[in-house]
Amino acid sequence: MPGLGTTLGRGGATTFQQDLQHSDCILIMGSNMAENHPVGFQWVMEARERGAEVIHVDPRFTRTSAVATRHVKIRPGSDIAFLGGIVNYIITHERWFHDYVVNYTNAPVIIDPRFRDTDDLDGVFSGFDAKQEAYDLASWQYEDLDMTGSAGRRMGSTVSGGKLVTHELSPSEKAAVDRPLEHGEPPHVDFTLQHPRCVFQLLKRHYARYTPEMVEQICGSPKEHFLAVAEALCANSGRERTSAIAYAVGWTHHTEGAQFIRTAAMIQLLLGNIGRPGGGILALRGHASIQGSTDIPTLYELLPGYIPMPEEGMTDLATFLYETTAKGGFWGHMDAYMISLLKAWYGEHATAENDWCFGHLPRINGDHSIYPAMMGMFEGSVKGFFCVGENPAVGSANASLHRRAMANLDWLVVRDFFEIESAAFWYDSVEIETGVLRTANIKTEIFLLPAADHMQKDGSFTNTQRLLQWHHKAVEPKGDARSELWFYYHLGKRIREKLRASSDPKNRAINELTWNYPELGALEEPDAHAVLREINGWGPDGKALDAYTKLKPDGSTACGCWIYCGVFKDEQNQAARRKPGHEQSWVAPDWGWAWPANRRQLYNRASADPDGNPWSERKRYVWWDAERKEWTGHDVPDFVKDKPPDYVPPDGAKAEKALDGRSPFIMQGDGKGWLFVPDGLVDGPLPTHYEPEESPVDNALYAQQSNPVRERWPSAINPYHPSGSATGADVFPYVMTSYRLAEHHTGGGMSRTLPHLAELQPEMFCEVSPALAAERELVHGTWATIVSARSAIEARVLVTDRVPDYEIQGRPVRVVGLPFHFGRRGIAVGDSANDLWSISADPNVHIQETKAATCDIIAGRRPRGPALSALVNDYRRRAGLPAEE
Amino acid sequence: MREETPAGGVRSWPLVRQFTGRDKHALGAAALSATTAALEPRTATADRVVKSICPYCAVGCGQKIYVKDEQVVQVEGDPDSPISRGRLCPKGSATRGLSTSPSRLSKVRYRRPYGTAWEELDLETAMEMIADRVVATREATWEATSNDGKPLNRTMGIASLGGATLDNEENYLMKKLYTALGVVQVENQARL
Repeated sequence: MPGLGTTLGRGGATTFQQDLQHSDCILIMGSNMAENHPVGFQWVMEARERGAEVIHVDPRFTRTSAVATRHVKIRPGSDIAFLGGIVNYIITHERWFHDYVVNYTNAPVIIDPRFRDTDDLDGVFSGFDAKQEAYDLASWQYEDLDMTGSAGRRMGSTVSGGKLVTHELSPSEKAAVDRPLEHGEPPHVDFTLQHPRCVFQLLKRHYARYTPEMVEQICGSPKEHFLAVAEALCANSGRERTSAIAYAVGWTHHTEGAQFIRTAAMIQLLLGNIGRPGGGILALRGHASIQGSTDIPTLYELLPGYIPMPEEGMTDLATFLYETTAKGGFWGHMDAYMISLLKAWYGEHATAENDWCFGHLPRINGDHSIYPAMMGMFEGSVKGFFCVGENPAVGSANASLHRRAMANLDWLVVRDFFEIESAAFWYDSVEIETGVLRTANIKTEIFLLPAADHMQKDGSFTNTQRLLQWHHKAVEPKGDARSELWFYYHLGKRIREKLRASSDPKNRAINELTWNYPELGALEEPDAHAVLREINGWGPDGKALDAYTKLKPDGSTACGCWIYCGVFKDEQNQAARRKPGHEQSWVAPDWGWAWPANRRQLYNRASADPDGNPWSERKRYVWWDAERKEWTGHDVPDFVKDKPPDYVPPDGAKAEKALDGRSPFIMQGDGKGWLFVPDGLVDGPLPTHYEPEESPVDNALYAQQSNPVRERWPSAINPYHPSGSATGADVFPYVMTSYRLAEHHTGGGMSRTLPHLAELQPEMFCEVSPALAAERELVHGTWATIVSARSAIEARVLVTDRVPDYEIQGRPVRVVGLPFHFGRRGIAVGDSANDLWSISADPNVHIQETKAATCDIIAGRRPRGPALSALVNDYRRRAGLPAEE
Repeated sequence: MREETPAGGVRSWPLVRQFTGRDKHALGAAALSATTAALEPRTATADRVVKSICPYCAVGCGQKIYVKDEQVVQVEGDPDSPISRGRLCPKGSATRGLSTSPSRLSKVRYRRPYGTAWEELDLETAMEMIADRVVATREATWEATSNDGKPLNRTMGIASLGGATLDNEENYLMKKLYTALGVVQVENQARL
């Protein structure tokens, strides 16, 4: 989550669900929380009962809108225009929280004179390389100081959408890289915020054109509704009041999703709502441990704890550390985190003499995320694939591409509870139906292995608020069903046995790996506690460490994931703590364990003023106790416990010691919340409105239509519709958006297979407005076919006023709503919405745009067999696109 | 409110109970049969209750798993959880179905190249075959260095997808093993 990570320092929700009850205003946007996180939504309702405003900004009127105090419609994909409008409102009406902004954000910092804004260059920032479709970030830096993002890269090299952009550093740039902070401050700052190149003035200028009128033109949200939202947030922020923002995949599934989230973080910084009770940003995540799977990443560009994966050219540890260690804050200890990880993985084999086995690690040099990997399967370079508790044949954009990619593998391992579409595509899929694939011609060897569920194994999930909670095994798995812990442990054992005698240098990394865990019971299940203990780490005495601050860069400590250090404090599984909530404060510090250091509200030093006193009695949370000379309060302070508010770093101070006592964002190199991001985001230091890859309209703000550095994979199997006023765009005249239902879960493997849920939501449908129904003669309850250049699917028609119509720049824009869960297997079946989408992605996080694109819709069921391909090809021809292969 | 249901005789007839008891509208005790009265919830007869966490979304609701005769007989919300306070949504409430569904897999299925039907395979053989394929594919697609001689130490011939529905401990072993093997195309639903 670089949107939050670059702005605030950590890629996680800043707050916890129960704290929403203390909000005076809650903005829910990019989320249908009542539908998709219904039990967490009780805390929104608690706030509403106490008089809070609950605002839902969404393309549809949903279950969340129904219980909000206000619903405002917004055209899918236009959120930055809306949020940027709020930034403009806050600045124009001088509603920003002065003392918070001046002291806790980088608003006073003066930026490099080479920087040019999108207003100067009609939609791109300085540093844009049109040929590479990537930015060189050097001109976005602080003047005379290279400020690297959290665990980011030094100036002069950027990885954008997998492309490495580098330039030779000039002497002044080299000096900026090596220059330290001066007593906690960058060399050029203006605390009056008047300097024309200070962040505050750049911000003011960048958003000056995001007026209420422009918001109405771009978003289709009535001006007076937009103004009511902006005013509600301002009126409910400040010393006495706080507002919270909750979002979900409605913000991430865009070609500039990270920037959507960043704009929200900027609003919260300007209004002084981060780190305070009832404030913050709540990222609502859709899978039980999706936060955990980024913390301990099954992601290509990260190692555990957000340590970057080494890149090509980082030949030794010193080079890696030089590139990634921050000037100030806790990323200043990259050496301790990295060497402790290598000690956890390579044990006695990792020594100072052999660079702690740093050379064993593979190197990345491009975008190796799932979409390029799927392209690799389709083209034949990727031979083997593990699909583990995920269903790309339904759940991934352009699902047909994924099915055809898997049909081109040498071998495929699917581990799931049921025979999902991703295991059955070779005999049951649209491609078999149309003849694009033939069972007897598919070479893929498939192993479908039954998986154990959460009731059949011990382990921890990390929920949406960074909280680790342990689930205990209740029963044994049945038959051949096994946990992933069992599968990977025993697979590793077998592979090591096969390679044990090998002297091939490439096998050292596997042979020297620490891979001994106690085996429990008849199934020889590895002990999940032992794995969690390794994640926590241990000190020179072999005892479990209690805090990441104890990690050392000398090889005396081992730690599998530094941000989880403390979860096995006192040799106890802290994630399994279950002191009942009603016996604790609302913070519930004795239920489970939250990273980092069991802190529930991040950056909570900002809940006190620069002198360490609460901003108000009503919003008291963490404060400085002058008598005891320590930070104290309702939560674990997210700050060095005994660092006084008036601490000024001495010359030469490093890491957290280089940050002063007034800087709450302790993971940032300068300790500040970043209104302007000099490094860490590849598509701009300030969020800018662009149209989605496929839009019915032109960008009203700039000549640049869409995010200039978005990731695209144009090909005959992944064609894009013409956008805006381009020729052929009118072949796909409607906007489509996808979403979830309370009764189903992602690709449906765990929900469409269950009878109760299938009965509640039995089949695929589409939602359209009465005006669209009239325009296309769609009848409620009958069938419609939705068409894109990728495919056509059928769905039952639901005609409803809940889908509003829009007027954008003087023309009507109508929306088709599509739940994305359905597929051909299980009990509740239907065509998959993801068959319609193309793959285009955010260049920071490689997340696909499945919340806004264009389509057509016609009455009746879709054609069967080869006639389906003929229909799609007819649309392609009319839109000027190549025919299907 | 439950009134006592007399054991027999005229006084046990529902109509008599309706006129003589407190349930004048016959919506409760008066209409209750002896069979119904004798029913007990599965939660009352379970051998044990195990504390767990809901496997669906990331709210992280507390669950109580009721087990009888080594089978999951009921899943309830956990009132102790400070987040969920005993509540579960439709998915969380349907969790028991994961255990009881007749379509739940318990045997390995194998489809040979160009095959037209699933075949059976024992788990031991499947594990050995998978390990062989990983080793062979890694060997065949190994990239020791880049074109200009810089170390890469990896294979681009193997990819993995999944993790957001799994435990932290499982993600940890996956990442550790894949990284040691040089498999870098490791991804999960965090991007979906």
